[in-house]
Amino acid sequence: MSARFAAGDEVRVRRASPPGHVRTPYYIRGKEGVVSRLIAEHPNPEELAYGRDGLPVLPVYWVRFRQSDLWPDYQGPEGDTAEVDIQEHWLEPVEDDGG
Amino acid sequence: MRRHHDMGGLDAGPVEPTEHDYLPWEKKVDALVRLAGDPKRKMIAIDELRRGIENLGPGAYDELSYYERWISSFTNVMIEKGHISIDELGRKMEEVRVRWQEAAK
Amino acid sequence: MSETHSHDDWPYPHPKQPDIEDGPITDLMIMTEAVTELMIDKAYFTADDMRRTLEVIDAKTPAEGARMVARAWLDEDFKARMLEDVNAAAEEMSIDSGVIPIRAIENTKDVHNVIVCTLCSCYPKHLIGLPPDWYKSRAYRSRVIREPRAVLKEFGTEIPDGVEVRVHDSTAELRYMILPMRPKGTGDMDEDTLAGLVTRDCMIGVTIIDRD
Repeated sequence: MSARFAAGDEVRVRRASPPGHVRTPYYIRGKEGVVSRLIAEHPNPEELAYGRDGLPVLPVYWVRFRQSDLWPDYQGPEGDTAEVDIQEHWLEPVEDDGG
Repeated sequence: MRRHHDMGGLDAGPVEPTEHDYLPWEKKVDALVRLAGDPKRKMIAIDELRRGIENLGPGAYDELSYYERWISSFTNVMIEKGHISIDELGRKMEEVRVRWQEAAK
Repeated sequence: MSETHSHDDWPYPHPKQPDIEDGPITDLMIMTEAVTELMIDKAYFTADDMRRTLEVIDAKTPAEGARMVARAWLDEDFKARMLEDVNAAAEEMSIDSGVIPIRAIENTKDVHNVIVCTLCSCYPKHLIGLPPDWYKSRAYRSRVIREPRAVLKEFGTEIPDGVEVRVHDSTAELRYMILPMRPKGTGDMDEDTLAGLVTRDCMIGVTIIDRD
């Protein structure tokens, strides 16, 4: 298995609302964060949920989000974060803006 | 579209510091899932159990307790995968019901 | 001894069965018993497998997690291994932590972590026992990700603004426990005494260890 992302990479969670069993919570879809760690590799739970093998295994990352990016009305300090386990097929790179 | 179980960030009341001693039947549900799902048996994947719980729908999801959701979903998966049949489950449930009622007399 | 109760799930009055349950008997309790008996009848597992599994469930308490935390406070090398892989570190201490991978997240003076599973109620039960009800509640699962400091306050925990609060949403096939900060003034304590300070709630991250 080769991991597409590494710690420090900026990523965006895909915006999608498929039916079925999905382990990417709604509140981070479409949001940008930073990969903090490659934590595991695992079969795809969306397939496992239907009794299939979910192979090939896919990397699972810790992706860190600024709370103020998730919730415009976030009440706490700017430094507060949320970290979520996200499987690779839900992530896309944030394009370099050339700057 | 946000599904019912996917509740992160929704409004809700205070977190009541509730707990209870798990009842024997609740532990039995947990044990069923552990045994049927263990690497040796692989009769159910945890994601199959979760899918079944999510598909109970908003009403049942909130009305049933945690292990009531588990046994509902677990039983459905066992039936769907052919590990047990509806007919034998119906007969066994009736047998248990009668036995417990007799025992309580 | 016989006694009747009414219950919404049950269309008629029914007897209480005190040696089975203390409360009213529901259809889903009957289903649980029936499914268990069928699984045993069909030899998917034995009655003895069920008994032993129930013993394991009963044996798991926060105490073993607490022992691991205490060991980590006293042994930097052990701590490093525990932060890498809790299951392997547990095995070193002859603690069975099951087959589901468990990871530890360390609280520091700069970052306070708290664990939630917003999608279901994932919890390291194979190490520290079944979770408290509030951990599985709609209120906790909905709110701690969005207003963690308010929820922590409901548990009596105030985190200074200069400390980052990081909520970890346990959404994959990993379970998480917090490695809490060792409280001040405990330099002379041995492992057992330190373990006695470590609570379930501080391993979830909703409290910090406060020595009165």
